[in-house]
Amino acid sequence: MSEAKRARVPRRPRPGINRDNSFFWEGLKEDKLLIQRCQTCGELRHPPGPMCPHCHSLEWDTLKACGRGTIYSYVNLHHPAVPPFANPNPIGLIELEEGTRLVAGLLDIEADEVRIGQPVEVVFYREQEDDDHAIALFRVTDKSAEAA
Amino acid sequence: MSKKTLANQAAIVGIGATEFSKDSGRSEMQLAVECVTMALADAGIDPSEVDGLCTYTMDHNPEIEVHRLIGAKELTFFSRVHYGGGAACAPIHQAAMAIATGIADVVVCYRAMNERSNYRFGTGMQDTLPDPTFETAHYGWYIPHGLISPASWVAMSARRYMHETGATSEDFGRVSVASRDFAATNPAAFFYDKPITLEEHQNSRWIVDPLRLLDCCQESDGGVAIVLTSPERARDLKQKPVIVRGAAQGACDDQQMMTSYYRKEMSRLPEMGLVAKQLYQQSGITPEDIQTAVIYDHFTPFVLPQLEEFGFCDRGEAKDFVRDGHHARGGRLPINTHGGQLGEAYIHGLNGVAEAVRQVRGTSVNQVNNVEHALVTAGTGVPTSGLILGVDV
Ligand SMILES: [Zn+2]
Repeated sequence: MSEAKRARVPRRPRPGINRDNSFFWEGLKEDKLLIQRCQTCGELRHPPGPMCPHCHSLEWDTLKACGRGTIYSYVNLHHPAVPPFANPNPIGLIELEEGTRLVAGLLDIEADEVRIGQPVEVVFYREQEDDDHAIALFRVTDKSAEAA
Repeated sequence: MSKKTLANQAAIVGIGATEFSKDSGRSEMQLAVECVTMALADAGIDPSEVDGLCTYTMDHNPEIEVHRLIGAKELTFFSRVHYGGGAACAPIHQAAMAIATGIADVVVCYRAMNERSNYRFGTGMQDTLPDPTFETAHYGWYIPHGLISPASWVAMSARRYMHETGATSEDFGRVSVASRDFAATNPAAFFYDKPITLEEHQNSRWIVDPLRLLDCCQESDGGVAIVLTSPERARDLKQKPVIVRGAAQGACDDQQMMTSYYRKEMSRLPEMGLVAKQLYQQSGITPEDIQTAVIYDHFTPFVLPQLEEFGFCDRGEAKDFVRDGHHARGGRLPINTHGGQLGEAYIHGLNGVAEAVRQVRGTSVNQVNNVEHALVTAGTGVPTSGLILGVDV
């Protein structure tokens, strides 16, 4: 696709990538959902930051998440309608099996079918096939499931 | 424990406000100097005496420019508190500290914005972030997914609160209906003489499900200013002094800007609990001693957990409190008697401080009987603040 044509396609807003969070976005490019992990005490944390709030260690690595989780909360955004997002746009707060939570758009489900407690799995999403940038969306794997 | 306390160290002696509109037709600086000088006239203090000015972020009127334009001479205290509406009570907190410590004698707190005609927060963040500082990079966890507006950030918390407590959209509607009822009898309110029914609330369109249009505050142009000095001087001025019994800020564990989604318990407001704890400790009063409150209402859902954090009802029971109408006209704790930000105007909460002052003076258009103490809270879902104001005894 030419640069001129690409510029006319409404694009999702891009995150600001810096030294504290670049590992997350680099991981997504390789289809890996990474969680920051303290190398001293092992605590996982998201959103990431340079110090472990539990033990003050500055040493960290990452854990590759299994990609499964459940919907902890969600919204359906109607207004403002902003291309390229679906309208309404279902967005979940996902609790990963590893325990941390993150916000992500939901795929393959109608807004009025979303429920807290539904199981989800990660989808590595690129707006254009050749994008050098990916985000983690989630697909609901069992619409009948609901939190007790 | 230290005997030092902020209680009873400062008094509110003047309030001023422009009209509230959707297009003020003049500059924000003009709104600022209008409301500041109106508040000083209300107090009976000459502008040349102002030595302290305090506002909060998202206001674009520099303290020194306001000071210059009102013809004041020597400014010894100036500050601008972070986190927008969460800081609605924080300038009063700072002013009280400055007065208590002798840093300043006459402090004016102000907020003047053409929010509706110039900015429109409700349209959301749509651009790529230009400068990924730690603070701006925060939004990168949300905007690529379309979670781009203040309503959307609050809605995520509201859904979890509903799930855990059984509160419903109708309960949020009860907050809105009561506010619009007060606005309907407040000539200064944008929605003067325009009450709504619960049915109208339920039929209003989704903004971000579970938030409907009538759960969201207005967008407004306007300015409000509040003048403080010492209680001793206050007793010699024009108005009945309104004493700052307590003033506090609060931010808690894993605090985020609008998106504290990562705490073990997401449906509480621990930062507001921290504010409540400080206010009750400073003032030495209990919830039973408060006759009316201004509970920050940018979005209705967060009104409910605030009632819980301040101990007006138990955890998860605010829905029953509003179903019983305790928050409405004639209730046990009428809230937002000016009409709130849903009904009067969205001046980032400072118009609520002015209403609490009127309630303590006994001059509100929707006056509650025998007010000894009025509570004011600031923005929720963000680092926040609060006040307890009381009569001079
Ligand atoms: Zn650690």
